[in-house]
Amino acid sequence: MDIGLDGGFSEPVLQAQSSFRAIMDALANPGTIRKFADLASAHGPLTAELVSTLLTLSDQDAPIWLSEKLRQTPGVEGFVAFHTGAPIVSVTGHAVFAFAEATDELPALDKFNLGTQEYPDRSTTIVLGVSAFAGGDELVIRGPGIKDQLKISPVGLPTDFVAQWAANRALFPRGVDLLLVGDGAVMGLPRSTRIAEGH
Amino acid sequence: MTTTAQYNFAYLDEQTKRMIRRAILKAIAIPGYQVPFSSREMPMPYGWGTGGVQVTASIIGPDDVLKVIDQGADDTTNAVSIRAFFAKVAQVATTTHTGEATIIQTRHRIPERALGQGQILVYQVPIPEPLRFLEPRETETRKMHALEEYGLMHVKLYEDIARHGRIATTYAYPVKVEGRYVMDPSPTPKFDNPKMHMSEALQLFGAGREHRIYAVPPHTEVVSLDFEDHPFAIQHFEEPCALCGAEQVYLDEVILDDRGGHMYVCSDTDNCEERRAAGHVGAQGVEGAE
Repeated sequence: MDIGLDGGFSEPVLQAQSSFRAIMDALANPGTIRKFADLASAHGPLTAELVSTLLTLSDQDAPIWLSEKLRQTPGVEGFVAFHTGAPIVSVTGHAVFAFAEATDELPALDKFNLGTQEYPDRSTTIVLGVSAFAGGDELVIRGPGIKDQLKISPVGLPTDFVAQWAANRALFPRGVDLLLVGDGAVMGLPRSTRIAEGH
Repeated sequence: MTTTAQYNFAYLDEQTKRMIRRAILKAIAIPGYQVPFSSREMPMPYGWGTGGVQVTASIIGPDDVLKVIDQGADDTTNAVSIRAFFAKVAQVATTTHTGEATIIQTRHRIPERALGQGQILVYQVPIPEPLRFLEPRETETRKMHALEEYGLMHVKLYEDIARHGRIATTYAYPVKVEGRYVMDPSPTPKFDNPKMHMSEALQLFGAGREHRIYAVPPHTEVVSLDFEDHPFAIQHFEEPCALCGAEQVYLDEVILDDRGGHMYVCSDTDNCEERRAAGHVGAQGVEGAE
């Protein structure tokens, strides 16, 4: 069934602003959980958090990649085109943003655009849906934005996440940035974050 | 009811805000790296803080409280007009008190009072590239940053020592962020450099004419470049503030007459006013003055 075009922000200017502040604060303070003040409604397989992030950051200048399941759901591409105008790309390396509702829909991190040494800002930002921010394997993170260290345990990261993230961190200043969204909130893991312990 | 046309909230159109917001996120993820962005014409000339204004306009919300300072002062032309601009186009509350502000836009100073968690400091930056006066070609400076090739900057500081016996750079003193990128802290006095290190506040830098945005997240290492035998040191003032008696703050010299009379007063006007309100009086201050 087609999910249609309804939805989106009812107050585009203010909702985009408050959502952006949540995302910015999350990325500036990695590992902390930042609530979206005013979420857009969920839309088919797109959770409310994914919709809000999509509407806040995407437009015609920022090509996006969608997971297989999102792309296969009738109406998702139309919804994205109508509300953002963002080109949808099938090549992960061409995406400015990548959206996946669950980890099993996510290719390996190094399949995305990692940026170049001259322009590391051209890398992909991955927006991944998680079911909860607590209850998963405990990771100890350090890096810019984190006072000393922080323990996080989001549910729904890739099984080999620690190894993938170490490889991503080793590329610095290149590498992808990760936004985990779910439970009405967002957690940021910029490429500068190190996982100190965990399994 | 009037039907006067209104600007979009915070002046910028939404597509421009998204573009700037994307640049800010990348700047935060790569501390000290200058992210190119498509700077817009603003209703003020380049050199008056268009970069800082665009950054502020892209992050500010109705609940924010804005403070704007120009060389530490809340009451100078640039600060007053930018504060009035946002009061008009974003209807936000404004303040002169550092402690009350959620966003502080600054030209060339960091407030004396330590910034706290959740506060955002937005710098107006004229020349974002610390290597620009050493190497005019953008293609080359970009490669130097890519290769982490900062020898030239050390040569410059060394030449200072060879010529003057000390590092003579007193403002826009280059720093290294998180051990990777050499960054221009904007033309703040080097006195303020230590405040950037491990600050609890998020620091965002906007250079409008030069089309660059960069950032230092909270709790991030910011180290002033120096040599083992010529360590970095901040300015020291012989006398305290003449009005409030503050020590360990940055002072401005005020000329009083044409016979060499002068006084030194706090550059941070809010800090000075708060101290005077709390009863501190300097050598030339007046007891109980407003």
